[in-house]
Amino acid sequence: MSAKKKIQPVIACGDKTILPEGAKMIPLIIMGKEHMIPETLTVMKAIEYTGHQYTRGCGCRGGICGACGFFYRFEGDYKLKTGLACQTVAEPNMIITQLPFFPMKRTSFDIENLHATPDELIRMHYPEVFKCVGCGTCTRTCPMEIDVMGYVAAMKQGNIKKAAEKSFDCILCGLCASRCPAQISQPTAALMARRLSAKMLTPKAEHLESRAEEVKSGKYEGMLSDLTKMDEESLKELYLEREREPDLAKAGEWMPEDKSRL
Amino acid sequence: MSGYPAELKKLIKAVEKTRPQRVEQSKKGESFAALTLEQRKIWLDKYHPDFKPSGKREVKVGPNKGDLLPEEVVDILESKSRVDAKTVDLKNVDIETDVLVIGGGGAGTAAALMAQEAGCNVVIATKLRHGDSNTVMAEGGIQGATQEPDSPFYHYLDVVGGGHFSNEPKLVAALTNDAPLIIKWLEDLGTMLDKEPDGRLKTRHGGGTSRKRMHSAGDMTGAEIMRVIRDEARNRSSQIKVIEFAPAVELILDDKGNCAGAILFDLETKEFIKVKAKSVIMATGGGGRLHIQGFACTNHYGATADGLVMAYRAGVRNVLMDSTQYHPTGAVYPEQNVGLLITEKVRGLGAQLLNIEGEQFCFPLEPRDIETTCIIKECTDIGKGVMTPIGRLGVWLDSPMIDMLHGEGTVRKELPAKYIQFIRHGIDISKEPMLIYPTLHYQNGGIEIMDQGDTTVPGFYSAGEATGGVHGRNRLMGNSLLDILVFGRRAGIAAAEHAKKVKNGKLTLSHVEDFEKELGKSGLKDAKEGPMLLPDYAPDDVKARQWKTMSV
Repeated sequence: MSAKKKIQPVIACGDKTILPEGAKMIPLIIMGKEHMIPETLTVMKAIEYTGHQYTRGCGCRGGICGACGFFYRFEGDYKLKTGLACQTVAEPNMIITQLPFFPMKRTSFDIENLHATPDELIRMHYPEVFKCVGCGTCTRTCPMEIDVMGYVAAMKQGNIKKAAEKSFDCILCGLCASRCPAQISQPTAALMARRLSAKMLTPKAEHLESRAEEVKSGKYEGMLSDLTKMDEESLKELYLEREREPDLAKAGEWMPEDKSRL
Repeated sequence: MSGYPAELKKLIKAVEKTRPQRVEQSKKGESFAALTLEQRKIWLDKYHPDFKPSGKREVKVGPNKGDLLPEEVVDILESKSRVDAKTVDLKNVDIETDVLVIGGGGAGTAAALMAQEAGCNVVIATKLRHGDSNTVMAEGGIQGATQEPDSPFYHYLDVVGGGHFSNEPKLVAALTNDAPLIIKWLEDLGTMLDKEPDGRLKTRHGGGTSRKRMHSAGDMTGAEIMRVIRDEARNRSSQIKVIEFAPAVELILDDKGNCAGAILFDLETKEFIKVKAKSVIMATGGGGRLHIQGFACTNHYGATADGLVMAYRAGVRNVLMDSTQYHPTGAVYPEQNVGLLITEKVRGLGAQLLNIEGEQFCFPLEPRDIETTCIIKECTDIGKGVMTPIGRLGVWLDSPMIDMLHGEGTVRKELPAKYIQFIRHGIDISKEPMLIYPTLHYQNGGIEIMDQGDTTVPGFYSAGEATGGVHGRNRLMGNSLLDILVFGRRAGIAAAEHAKKVKNGKLTLSHVEDFEKELGKSGLKDAKEGPMLLPDYAPDDVKARQWKTMSV
């Protein structure tokens, strides 16, 4: 990667960032040690720019896996901030440290043998949620902008469905848990809440149940086996004959003319 | 943050000008005409990177000797081992288990759960953390013929049509037959699938589907599936042991020709770990981080096609590795989002692709490779692409149409992750369009498997993106999450059965010695070591100063 790269149409360039001509260099302080990096890079790409090769602390590079949570401050500022290294643009004099892992409590359960209501189960498995002091640090810490304290409150109220919905965007980075004065492991409690909510508080899809039964009975094996033996021309014909379900049709209401292969 | 600079804001005016009329047409069900099968072929040959003659060379060694494959793939296939095979003492091993799963993404975890249910002890060895995989990045959904107007028959046709009839038929039959069972499995495990209040699954179209069979969990379907099945594996941790930051670097065979384990390398302590297993499942995922033809990629950091390399040395060939999927819509602005996947769901919800003049130039839900060629054509030959301030080309993806078609707030509700990823940089995608260009997305080819995930080596199974044939030369959206779970589960079950029957012989690495001899004969004695394990994004001047690797 060269800072002198000319401006020209670039169609392909791997993962290395293209720097604009005359890119300004800024100081980034990685765990107390200053490095000069070009501005506009994400913190992750900036760390790589300095020559580090990640093992921990780097995952999907797309803001969804929770591997690269980090804390930062600016020199002279008391405020502690957080972000995902792959999503946050480096700014001059950011003092950063990543948190690639944080110990969180989790308890096991048997999803097929749940002998209590979801709110009772959360209370049994994560009683510490009741120790929440309502400080709101978790919510301020969350790099996904989740109302963490809000979903903890929903758990306390026994509203597991609400807790599940409010926590849906959680990527389990653990930053909230690292800052909680009540020592709650919010992400693992929320994960259990979501599974319980989906399993016990959401109606089953009846059409799915009956289709699964049809598949198990071997209903489609014959017609699929016929397809596997068909020559390309016949397949193409069938492919072109397919009726397309209209985009705005309500699920289960539109039916094709040809119902012989349903 | 600042949002679009003035010059791009000015160009957005052209999009806004044509928008009301385009929305009206969409509401009436009118759309830009799709290409015919004949046109598709011409477009592909002329504009798709797979079909350009440059960037490929012939493989000199191993089961695919003589095949013309991308340079980056040939480099890793012709790499030499990271272990000195002759000196490894296999009489003593460090870990023994029934089933060893290599790779802790969706396919590997599904395999581990099934093998455990069949009564086996399982070890998952994974390069990064459990769950670090392309699975978590799959946003748009998972296909399955679960609704009344649909059936596996039509799913099959869509898959082979999308794959230009180059798919392995038996694998497609397995994929489409099992799909409803997979969705049911996910429901039973407590996955938050999008549903109507009465429990009916919400489904949408994807590119190339004839029926609406795309199921989703918000716009983080893969992440939701991964966190649920990983949690389930943790619930069963007495029989499923996970070793993180310990990628496999070589397969172990026995003197009867069975696969019988693997050598792991602990990235942190630098130890090699010998694992003896009755069955081995390779679920190492794809190779986007090889950056074929220099394209940006949407893949996970660990996607370096390691499994392909190990299997190759053990004599397992790969298929269709000359075929790579470019996702039509990768972000090109802002720079921080370059390569970021913009899920097909955006187009499924009605957003159109537009050139610099705000005109449509293609049907927005073509199969991915066709959509890709349409965009490349518009930007190169036609010259109506939009240029970013630092010189990347792209076209507009008109996301504000979505709220106009489906009601205010739909973008925020249906695409929460995308919304966050752009609003961070000052761009509100419910009000402003996105700039996109095709990006390297998926390895279509891979290890050759049969319909139980089995291979030509007894006791060796593979599943997921590491394998080839299921999707042919082009995969439809929503079939990769399905693929990893269908074949992960099938491989897990088959591997468990094998583990119960097999009587292993003496362990050996002679296949590695033989392969290296072949390398030597072909003038490749000084090949780089493989598998790659991790990409290296240090700039060239830093690398120049890294004179040598020093052990301290």
